[in-house]
Amino acid sequence: MPQHELILLKNMMQPGYGGSLAEYERTGGYHALRATLGKIPPADVTAAVRKSGLRGRGGAGFPTGVKWGFLPKDYQGPRYLCCNADESEPGTFKDRQLMERDPHQILEGIVLACYAIGAESAYIYIRGELVLAAKILERAIGEARAAGYIGKNILGTGVNVDVWVHRGAGAYICGEETALLESLEGKRGLPRVKPPFPATHGLYGKPTVVNNVETLANLPHILNRGAEWFASIGSPPKSTGTRVFCVSGHVKRPGNYEVPMGVTVRELIYEHAGGMRSDKPIKAFIPGGASAPFLTPAHLDVKLDFESVAAAGSMLGSGGVTVMEEGTSMVWAALRLMEFFYHESCGKCSPCREGSSWLVQIMRRIVAKRGRMEDLETLSDLCKNIAGRTVCAFGDAEVAPIQGTLKYWRDEYVALIREAEAANLIMPEPAGVKP
Amino acid sequence: MSLSEKYKDDIVDILSRYPVKRSALIPLLYLAQRDRGYVTEEAMIEIAGLLGLTPPQVYETVTFYTMFNLKPVGKFHIQVCKSLMCALVGSDTVIDWIKAKLGIGPGETTPDGLFTLSLVECLASCGTGPMMQINEDYYEQLTEEKLDRILADLTSTGSSQLKSGPFMWPEPLKT
Repeated sequence: MPQHELILLKNMMQPGYGGSLAEYERTGGYHALRATLGKIPPADVTAAVRKSGLRGRGGAGFPTGVKWGFLPKDYQGPRYLCCNADESEPGTFKDRQLMERDPHQILEGIVLACYAIGAESAYIYIRGELVLAAKILERAIGEARAAGYIGKNILGTGVNVDVWVHRGAGAYICGEETALLESLEGKRGLPRVKPPFPATHGLYGKPTVVNNVETLANLPHILNRGAEWFASIGSPPKSTGTRVFCVSGHVKRPGNYEVPMGVTVRELIYEHAGGMRSDKPIKAFIPGGASAPFLTPAHLDVKLDFESVAAAGSMLGSGGVTVMEEGTSMVWAALRLMEFFYHESCGKCSPCREGSSWLVQIMRRIVAKRGRMEDLETLSDLCKNIAGRTVCAFGDAEVAPIQGTLKYWRDEYVALIREAEAANLIMPEPAGVKP
Repeated sequence: MSLSEKYKDDIVDILSRYPVKRSALIPLLYLAQRDRGYVTEEAMIEIAGLLGLTPPQVYETVTFYTMFNLKPVGKFHIQVCKSLMCALVGSDTVIDWIKAKLGIGPGETTPDGLFTLSLVECLASCGTGPMMQINEDYYEQLTEEKLDRILADLTSTGSSQLKSGPFMWPEPLKT
């Protein structure tokens, strides 16, 4: 198996590593914070992060340094950093591991990011179900505060950063950055209309940066080892560094694997995750969480970096790679994901709210062998009228499973409908209603 | 006893974290749920008073979030992930086992008030499915034998050693 240098998972892969402050310090932890705060101007930190090519690990892949650069330079008043730990994208379970196994790596990243953008308050918005991770982070914050890495006048540098854990309460949409801010303000998690962007009008209307857990965890390493080092890893110039890919589904060894961006799907599945779990060959995979369209075995040599996966018609997203073996019904798989999106639609925009319900009903009908051939047209039509017509990217995400499977496995839809036709099990047209 | 009498220090601590009071709403709702197992109408009215909100503002928020129970649930709230990634590795079978063993369907509670079953969407544990959350704990890589032990442990002692600790999968190879 090709061996790659671990960056984010390095500490926790040492047998016996427990993630306490003392253990983290022994591996060189908080060195970047000591070497940066009060010694390197904040603008230079931002410049280094921009030069490293680091892009957001939550899903959208926006360049982190550029995002920081959008904050108004001359603004007097509070600014905020929010760490997006609302890991809810089906197929993704990396942030949970980063938080529960090496929490100080994230806290050091948070303090460095706050220093760069001039924020004195940071909130870690963590999904409500991750009770253990929230407790571990709270404990780590206590340790870091006692050691002077968090709080007022950090290590005598005059820099103040306070960090709090804020638990969500079970809403996928709160991983969308403006919905996260609404939720943190104590409201329903409905995404905001943009512009204005959080960089100028974020938490409490103040300049705010929202960064994913894995993004922030990379910062100490970039500052310790240099932007050039980071930019040389992966698929430069546009996809630098490593990704923690979460492999799930029908493989022998599912789990989190940190590899440089740009390794092929084949290497990830067959070398790292041990290949397929039985003698059934691979039929399909999702490269980047539930919001990314399905791909086929013909795409196994696609490189796992932002551009290559996009060119193949899907997206790298959150790094959740789900593998399905021959024999899996693709229509059923799409329905399962569609049910997720239907459940999680926040209800703000009509195309998504009504569309997701309509899509689920049609998909259930087809899977139950009660579909009719016109349903395929209706599905495509609905998908086209949801994507791009909503306030946030959820609309584009929710049509991905259906569009992806209709593109490559249309014959499976047709076969199910033919069965319905043959058995004369088609749902009758409601009287007086034209589709 | 009201929440502010019972949890005075917690409430002061929570309010101190935010420059705008309303941000304390979800943390205070968690406090109320911890107290009674669900969020009561009286708690919502009291929290509204604490934060300078109207009761409908609290209600509109609490109903958005699926983790708040507005009516009593069993002592152990079993939530099985039914999303695709778990379904690929057998979550539907786990759901059937629980239905058969406890004699309840989704949304129902056993007559002794011990177990409530809910089906939920992805809990960020896709590499170690099928899985479920019971109250605050995760239980992963479920088999029928493991499920039997968990249910027996909970019934007899109120907790189970089979719950997940700090998550890492795969575990480091021992050399």
